[in-house]
Amino acid sequence: MSNSNETELNGKLEFTITVYTENQIGILNRIAIIFSRRKINIESLNTSPSEIEHIHRFNIVIHETEEVVRKLCRQIEKQVEVLKVYYNVNEDIIWQELALYKVPTDIVAERAPVERLLREFGARAVVIRKDYTVFEATGHREETDKLIEVLQPFGLIEFVRSARVAIIKDSEGFNSKLREFERKDPGQEVIENEFLDKEKNVFTM
Amino acid sequence: METAQEESTTLTEPKKTVHVSGSVALLEGLIAEGTDTIFGYPGGAIMPIYDALYDYKDKLKHILVRHEQGGTHAGQGYARTSGKVGVVFGTSGPGATNLVTGLADAQIDSTPMVCITGQVFAHLLGTDAFQETDVINITTPVTKWNYQITDANEIPSVLAKAFYIARSGRPGPVLIDITKNAQLQMFDYEGYTPCEHIRSYRPKPLIRKEYIEQAAALINSAKKPFVLFGQGVSLGNAEQEFKAFVEKSGIPSAWTILGAGAIPTDHPLNVGMLGMHGNYGPNVQTNSCDVLIAIGMRFDDRVTGRLDKYAKQAKVIHLDIDPAEIDKNVKADVPVWGDCKETLPLLTALVEEKTHPEWLAEFRAYDKTEREVVIQPELHPGTGELTMGEVINQLNELTKGEAVVVTDVGQHQMVTCRYAKFNHTRSNITSGGLGTMGFGLPAAIGAKFGAPDRTVVAVIGDGGFQMTLQELGTIMQSGIDVKIMILNNRFLGMVRQWQQLFHEKRYSFVDITSPDFVKLADSYYIAGKKISEREELVGALEEMLNHKGSYLLEVMVAQEHNVFPMVPQGMSVSEIRLK
Repeated sequence: MSNSNETELNGKLEFTITVYTENQIGILNRIAIIFSRRKINIESLNTSPSEIEHIHRFNIVIHETEEVVRKLCRQIEKQVEVLKVYYNVNEDIIWQELALYKVPTDIVAERAPVERLLREFGARAVVIRKDYTVFEATGHREETDKLIEVLQPFGLIEFVRSARVAIIKDSEGFNSKLREFERKDPGQEVIENEFLDKEKNVFTM
Repeated sequence: METAQEESTTLTEPKKTVHVSGSVALLEGLIAEGTDTIFGYPGGAIMPIYDALYDYKDKLKHILVRHEQGGTHAGQGYARTSGKVGVVFGTSGPGATNLVTGLADAQIDSTPMVCITGQVFAHLLGTDAFQETDVINITTPVTKWNYQITDANEIPSVLAKAFYIARSGRPGPVLIDITKNAQLQMFDYEGYTPCEHIRSYRPKPLIRKEYIEQAAALINSAKKPFVLFGQGVSLGNAEQEFKAFVEKSGIPSAWTILGAGAIPTDHPLNVGMLGMHGNYGPNVQTNSCDVLIAIGMRFDDRVTGRLDKYAKQAKVIHLDIDPAEIDKNVKADVPVWGDCKETLPLLTALVEEKTHPEWLAEFRAYDKTEREVVIQPELHPGTGELTMGEVINQLNELTKGEAVVVTDVGQHQMVTCRYAKFNHTRSNITSGGLGTMGFGLPAAIGAKFGAPDRTVVAVIGDGGFQMTLQELGTIMQSGIDVKIMILNNRFLGMVRQWQQLFHEKRYSFVDITSPDFVKLADSYYIAGKKISEREELVGALEEMLNHKGSYLLEVMVAQEHNVFPMVPQGMSVSEIRLK
């Protein structure tokens, strides 16, 4: 998969950080300030429930070097209410964003190749009213961006896009991990960072 | 029969409860956690807690400070000398915002504290009520954890969590904000259960044997191993384990200012202080050792100087309880994750018993040079104005390294850390990471409450003293015995030194005038004396130390004296300047 977001910019890559937390007031702020104190812009932030009741899952997208991302992740993981943090490059994840487009119905109906658009972008009409129509599309950033370009000449009234939601390809979910966390003396897997374990237990950089 | 029946059915019956207010539950919880001293300041939003405290006077000692910042520093001083959790009370709004400096200091220096703030009634939250401030969000970056309680039922469990978090793992400050309605609310209190586990919180990483083995192998093959130790050793109560490791491996060891005292100053393997104003040998040798073993320290920029020229030739072994510290500033070849109380004995078992006479001799050679060029003229100037160094040296002669020495921030701090003698751990109380001027006086008060049987000497500059001098009132009222020594050079000396060295002597707003400190002390009924002559020094120090009760000694010292050696900012540790 090649797209512009993945090309290196000053050694910086697009990383998706996945954070499992307790559902606690204030944890969003605790996580956000770890980025802002280093003057790092959060490009996309999504919080949602996870597969486990009461455990929330954050997806955070930033552009940074892997070295900085690793430090950020450790500082996030150290927060009392954070259970686990992962970071991934785009190859490691399946992700989607959702976008809504409001366009004037009359213009679109008369002039736009609506059927082709819907097919090409996998979009669908959510609402059709006399005065406006709302299309919905899901996909990667550049796909939903492209549809803006296409709809712009037809009087695009309003556009909004959601944050990225991502699933890690080789994740087995959090259920078994959580059982480890709930034990008083958890095993290695929970207590150590993945970054270390990947390298045959040897820490070299 | 009836009692027997009752006993047999207790499991199915609800727990015995008492109907108490949230405030009473809070105080009961503090007692259950072993709290004996609280530093605090009352105000509107914390009045129900203070009202309850009125009936707990015999169980909980409350020290009325003169400013909430002083409360936090006193809490820190208490925690640092006693090893217990410092407890601080403050009211909402300005009371709470005044805690921020002390919280930030405790956060960066890993000091265990639990701060309780009062808050406006829950129904007023967010309405800009009188003395309302969003203390949770203000303190989030400077606390290990914080929590707002709006219902009394939460008080016991949240307090238990707070103490557990503050003292476990890498310690730190915790703040609990309690709305006034929760303090007043009557509820069924089931007693206090200490917290031992939070599923999302791992106080210490699991020790991995392979790292211990790798570290031992590196140490055993090293020709020039060098140990750097920080406060992690004393925070982990691992002084004995550390000493055993160093003595078996025979490795020269240098300390960060917060690590000072974990082994005695005159231990033969203690080669001195690290960092910008540390000793010559330890700084230079960082760049010639082959294995660097960092124990419970975090490679602060004041310790490392220029990072890309820091210990590049060495293999780095980093022992730390906080995984976020590994690789943060200096990359580790072998990370030994864990509590050093546990990891050090494992490492000691695997390292070979050795001595490194030639390597140690190199340190001694640097030490000799430093003694000739810096230390001798500083400690024994003979003529001219008094130097800070000779005052500290004379103090050593009299206290024999037995005292708790509290410092503020600046030149006097660096000089004291360099020259003060420490026979015991938990004796050097200073603001390390945050560099908080005004820390010294209130911290000394707390230090004395934390170690009531020890002599506590606060060494403070004329600038820093004027930041929190109102705490003389706390000393007066609580009647404690703190020896205050102001080293007055009539300048904000450290900034002046930098202006001299790096800003062409453009002394911009560092010229500070002071009140008559002795008269000031007198007005607080604290005895005092001011001296400026060499021949007065020993007698004045003796008088101060022998005085029953607190005493303030102002020593006029050389105005434009610089602290050397110095690693100028942005330079490598091996580029340390002796003058």
